[in-house]
Amino acid sequence: MDGIHDLGGKRGFGQIVREPNEPAFHERWEAVVFALSGALGAAGVMRNVDQFRHAVERIDPVAYLDHGYYGRWLGGIENLLVEAGLVTQREIDDRVQRSGGALGRVAARPSDTPDRIDYAPEGLEAQRPLAATPKFAVGDAVVTRNVPSTGHSRLPAYARGKPGEVIAWHGGWVFPDANAHGHGERPAHLYTIRFPGQVLWGTGAEPDTAVCLDLFEPYLEKAAPP
Amino acid sequence: MSEAKPQALRAEALESILIERGLLTADAVDDVIALFNERVGPMNGAQVVVKAWRDPDFKARLLADGTEAIKPFNFTGGQVDKLVVVENTPEVHNVVVCTLCSCYPWALLGLPPRWYKDPAYRSRVVREPRAVLAEFGVELPERTKVRVWDSSAEVRYLVLPQAPEDVAAVSEQALLARVSRDAMIGVGL
Repeated sequence: MDGIHDLGGKRGFGQIVREPNEPAFHERWEAVVFALSGALGAAGVMRNVDQFRHAVERIDPVAYLDHGYYGRWLGGIENLLVEAGLVTQREIDDRVQRSGGALGRVAARPSDTPDRIDYAPEGLEAQRPLAATPKFAVGDAVVTRNVPSTGHSRLPAYARGKPGEVIAWHGGWVFPDANAHGHGERPAHLYTIRFPGQVLWGTGAEPDTAVCLDLFEPYLEKAAPP
Repeated sequence: MSEAKPQALRAEALESILIERGLLTADAVDDVIALFNERVGPMNGAQVVVKAWRDPDFKARLLADGTEAIKPFNFTGGQVDKLVVVENTPEVHNVVVCTLCSCYPWALLGLPPRWYKDPAYRSRVVREPRAVLAEFGVELPERTKVRVWDSSAEVRYLVLPQAPEDVAAVSEQALLARVSRDAMIGVGL
């Protein structure tokens, strides 16, 4: 979806802030969130990773930027738990207030009409052998579709409607755009497409740079002959 | 003492609710901390890199099919359904990002550092990789092409840094200590 998470190429975030000798978790609550994500799978609330990524994309955009990585995950987890009816936001609010803390800005924005996913993944991983012949071959010139995204998608906005070259084919994989919403795994061929910097960023691009993206066949069309 | 962040209190509230419902075990959090503090981290990726530096045959297999080549290491920690290893050379420098979320080869590098997940790196490295690399202290000759790998599906990328010139003269242990996490992401050398 055209959300705040789709950050590639955005300006204004300034310097990259690094920290020497970072621990795996800075504070205990970050590990709590990590453990909660595991529990979601066991509770049947998170049926696949695409659903989880979309649950994170749907959180409050201000919190997305402000709450950090585990804060974003927390918002996604709360979305799924509340949508599944396992907890209510009032219940969580009450418990926070009983501990004497401030509620602050809540990242989760659970949907009143959530997607229902009524199937289990067909494999532990996301690769799915496909009988269908791939539409493109390494070396082909392709162009990405330029379709506004309302649901989950793994085609970043900065690479929409852009010409590129197929540099690798990875076989069939679960199609996130369908799987995130419970529309089935609908495996699709996956390719790596290389886009020259100038194609993506115009005349201001740095020289001799390229971006390679892993893109699903439904995102791609054959480029018109020159 | 600083005030606890609202998201910390909220996470702990959910933790206690899920433990009461039997959906989370009390020691799940300790298990997660132990896993990523002790067993999963950049020392795993470094083993792969050093083996590739010392063994040309392994390097060829690693670049041809990373997934298959790393199987004997039996790494744990997840997030690597398919591994593609990209080699730095004097002609090409590679750097890895995930602009849409924060995909990262956990089993090889552990959990990503904060900067990798923050908006500044995710937004900038696709548009101005040379400027970002310079900020990390990586100055590339003009003739070196830069390739950014934006991990938009389940393929995970590991950068194979250029071997040091004295690779044949140095012990495996010494080489392992020289491979940095940043070099395997592509923001170091």
